[in-house]
Amino acid sequence: MLDFTLLVQYGPALLRGFGVTILCWGAGCLIGMVLGFVLMLLRQIPVKPLRWVIRAYIEVIRGTPFLIQLFLLYSGGPSIGLRLEATAAGILGLGIYGSAYFAEIFRAGYQAVPKGQVEAALSLGMSYGSILRRVIVPAMLVSTIPAIVNMMAILTKETVVLSIITVPELMYEMQTMAAETFATFETIVGMALFYWLLVEVVSRLGRRLEARVTRFLTHASPQGSSTQTATARA
Amino acid sequence: MTTVSETASSPRSATAGDAAPMVTIRGVSKSFGTNEVLRDIDLTVNKSEVVCLIGPSGSGKSTLLRCVNFLEVYDRGEIRIEGKLVGYTEETPRRRLSNRDLRDLRRNVGMVFQQFNLWPHMTALENVAEALVQVRGMDKAAAAAHARRMLDRVGLSAKTDSYPARLSGGQQQRVAIARVIAMEPHLMLFDEPTSALDPELVGEVLQVMRDLAADGMTMVVVTHEMGFAANVADKVAFLDHGRIAAFGTPREVFHESTEPRVQQFLQTYHERNSF
Repeated sequence: MLDFTLLVQYGPALLRGFGVTILCWGAGCLIGMVLGFVLMLLRQIPVKPLRWVIRAYIEVIRGTPFLIQLFLLYSGGPSIGLRLEATAAGILGLGIYGSAYFAEIFRAGYQAVPKGQVEAALSLGMSYGSILRRVIVPAMLVSTIPAIVNMMAILTKETVVLSIITVPELMYEMQTMAAETFATFETIVGMALFYWLLVEVVSRLGRRLEARVTRFLTHASPQGSSTQTATARA
Repeated sequence: MTTVSETASSPRSATAGDAAPMVTIRGVSKSFGTNEVLRDIDLTVNKSEVVCLIGPSGSGKSTLLRCVNFLEVYDRGEIRIEGKLVGYTEETPRRRLSNRDLRDLRRNVGMVFQQFNLWPHMTALENVAEALVQVRGMDKAAAAAHARRMLDRVGLSAKTDSYPARLSGGQQQRVAIARVIAMEPHLMLFDEPTSALDPELVGEVLQVMRDLAADGMTMVVVTHEMGFAANVADKVAFLDHGRIAAFGTPREVFHESTEPRVQQFLQTYHERNSF
């Protein structure tokens, strides 16, 4: 007998879990993006050992399961003096995991910035800091927003792994419910619903953001057959 | 503030006493790997002069121009702008200038590119105002007012709020010119400014350049527009295989030069443009 009233009964706990999930996801994404951006910038410095180290970091993070990274951080951390509470470890773990992917996304975006736009800024006497902020990052946003949103959607689903190190997020609360009531099916349906909702919201916001950062490209020039933006759009 | 006039299309009479050098290029060479693109170039551009660099593609015109503001690094020789060595320190030979010194040098040298290189996420006004704020430290309101005047000067006061994607190629290039003159450069470099334009849009850009020349701007122009070179330039340099094969007034180069490569180039040009 299916009993979806259980979802109501466990409602407060589930919502609390959902809140923790969003917190971990949001903070993890933020750390991942900031760290990824810094890694991308450091990678531009022409010092070979530095480049090797960053590349090795990215390869290792992308080449190993998130679960193992999380265990290493949470259980292995104390042996090197890094003692973190479960939620903090979960957020940091997500951030580190995401940073490797974001670094690659940003690198592709950085390389796709038209060289001429940077040269124009250089020839006007702008500093690298100004050029980065005012020219490169806006141009990068245009080309990388879809990939960024995609990565953020993927990370929403990686948050379930945090339940394994006892972060009281949605998955954890759901498992508690299932263990206490044996209502496995209802739990699974409930979970699918929550994560689908989250991903849907993320991708909708992403599409909005994309429309916003590319709004200046949406009006093709009436005669602009030879314009740079016409080719950039193609 | 000067405005765009419709009549300033005749070449300027070279005023006496204006002969202070703005740019001196001495023995400049550059290679890309084993390909020597500039070979021992000597060239002087005086204040308020318009010098056109012409020649077949691959002759090194654009590379030479890009060496002047150090977007391209030259291997040997020296380039000076208003006496200041470009790209390297005076004290230690071949030691690169610090980024700050290079920026100080570049802010007096404007460059207009073949592909316009406007920033697509900024309106015409924002494109022009950007360096005023970032480089000259003007406040936003003053920069916007100044940018507005510059756009007016190139005949685009109606397009201040348009993004580049909504402008024609000719309009984009005029915004790019406004972006440069807003910085009040002492010298302007033009790298084939009309080559990416549809033929009917070339005229409006050349007109703006004529007006600048008439106002006394020092200009070095890489161009395939022989009419512009003949009518506006004070001096023409013909480059071939990284060397200056002919140099002089337009008359000397176009009509009196006995250099076979110049004659062959001009003949090809005429054949292509007659139908």
